[in-house]
Amino acid sequence: MNEIKVKVKDLSLWYGTNHALKSISMDIPEKMVTAFIGPSGCGKSTFLRTLNRMNDLIDNVTIDGEVCIDNINIYDKDIDVVNLRKKVGMIFQKSNPFAKSVYDNIAFGPRINGISQKSILDEIVERSLKQAAIWDEVKDRLFNSALSLSGGQQQRICIARSLAVNPEIILMDEPASALDPISTAKIEELIHELKKEYTIIIVTHNMQQAARTSDLTALFYMGDLIEMNRTEVIFSNPAKKQTEDYISGRFG
Amino acid sequence: MNRNLKDTIVEGITGVSVLLIIFIIVSILAITIVGGWPKLNWTFLSEFPKDGMTKGGIFPAIIGTAVMTIIMAVAAVPFGVITAVYLAEYASEKSVVAKTIRFAVKTLAVVPSIIFGLFGLGFFIGFIGKNMDGLLNGGVLKWGQPNILWASFTMALLTLPVVIVSVEEAIRTIPREMREASLALGATKWQTIKSVVLPGSISGILTGTILAVSRGAGEVAPILFTGAAYFLSTLPHSLNDQFMSLGYHIYIMSTQSSDVDATLPIQFATTLVLLLLTFSLNAVAVVLRYRIRKRAK
Repeated sequence: MNEIKVKVKDLSLWYGTNHALKSISMDIPEKMVTAFIGPSGCGKSTFLRTLNRMNDLIDNVTIDGEVCIDNINIYDKDIDVVNLRKKVGMIFQKSNPFAKSVYDNIAFGPRINGISQKSILDEIVERSLKQAAIWDEVKDRLFNSALSLSGGQQQRICIARSLAVNPEIILMDEPASALDPISTAKIEELIHELKKEYTIIIVTHNMQQAARTSDLTALFYMGDLIEMNRTEVIFSNPAKKQTEDYISGRFG
Repeated sequence: MNRNLKDTIVEGITGVSVLLIIFIIVSILAITIVGGWPKLNWTFLSEFPKDGMTKGGIFPAIIGTAVMTIIMAVAAVPFGVITAVYLAEYASEKSVVAKTIRFAVKTLAVVPSIIFGLFGLGFFIGFIGKNMDGLLNGGVLKWGQPNILWASFTMALLTLPVVIVSVEEAIRTIPREMREASLALGATKWQTIKSVVLPGSISGILTGTILAVSRGAGEVAPILFTGAAYFLSTLPHSLNDQFMSLGYHIYIMSTQSSDVDATLPIQFATTLVLLLLTFSLNAVAVVLRYRIRKRAK
């Protein structure tokens, strides 16, 4: 097992009075893929969004507990959320490229960080698109709107866009749920490539996808972390009856 | 009474109402076009009024209206956009501040336009202008009197609610995913607004601007005491000059002229110019709005 990158201690979250995450603790290793599975509404996406403090944007959310990334609690009051989000990138369920050209989408992050020199931007754009395995498909239309691409291509553009700010952790919230099988396969292949350099945390409701892509799997149910272990253990020999029931399709 | 008969009566009444409205609109247009069209030519558009305003054109009124609406837009649009950004992006929906601003905007929208005129007279001319003169010109009257700047600012206040509402509506159609994408890349809130939200709201900002301009171009009451002039032999040269305006010109022609009958064609043609101007501006706004709505779906 690799070193621990993210250490979560007794994390609870409430939407108003609704207790959505109940005292979650877990360790997420560096440069591996960790998958969160569970039925809809189990808290897996909410939990993912606590890792880059995306829930801060929602009114009426209360969070208690600690999330330490590289041994620094990101909920400390002197943490700069903007810097945190540069370090912890995020890919969303619905691909969300900006209504700008492919190039401007990728250059968005570097530009807001003050990089304006064209040669450097060109280099970042090319490197990011190559890393996201989409360079060959878009290199001749970098200045066309990103919205003219297919859904699968748009999602890889979003991945490239997040790679362009050099994150260390990439959160993926059901990144392939809106894609066809071929595009899904490409994303999964990409995840496999990316884990060599990045810590990847993926939420999925597709259990085969979790089994195929992840090293570790965590099952959530009703705001509780039921079980977390190496993926092959979860899928072959789970410790909890609930896990076995879920992966065999008896509930959820 | 028999049910079918009731239905027939209701249908009849509603039908007559609709016909009446169509009749009124068609009459206004027809009378204006018939009365104004013969007079409407290049000379009319490009010349100053002549012979005690019974002859000649409306050139200074067109220029005055145009300049006034431009200054008005330059004042109202940035102010309105900033307010809309605050309401849509910063203020929490239930906060007292947001509720107060919304209440103020709604109230502003229903204040009679003549009240804006009086406010402009008291605030811009009587207070700001007078004090500017006192501080900058040693009391010599320069800004403490009606002029195109104060008239435009007064009109800007009148049109501000239109801008705020259109822009806020457009900002709210920007999907949350777009904001999240930007924030997740480490953009600050302001960077997100500047690079994602405002560029995406551009058609709403344009709609608001055009609605404000078309409203401001036709209004008379707010500029009555704050800058519009009966007749000027020159165009305004600086911001503290008075100006002529199309709406005010119609009023003058129809009530204050030495020979009202002789000016009838001028009145019709001026009305036609004003109507064409506001109709075409409104048409552009409708098209833009339609495009925003389509995106929102």
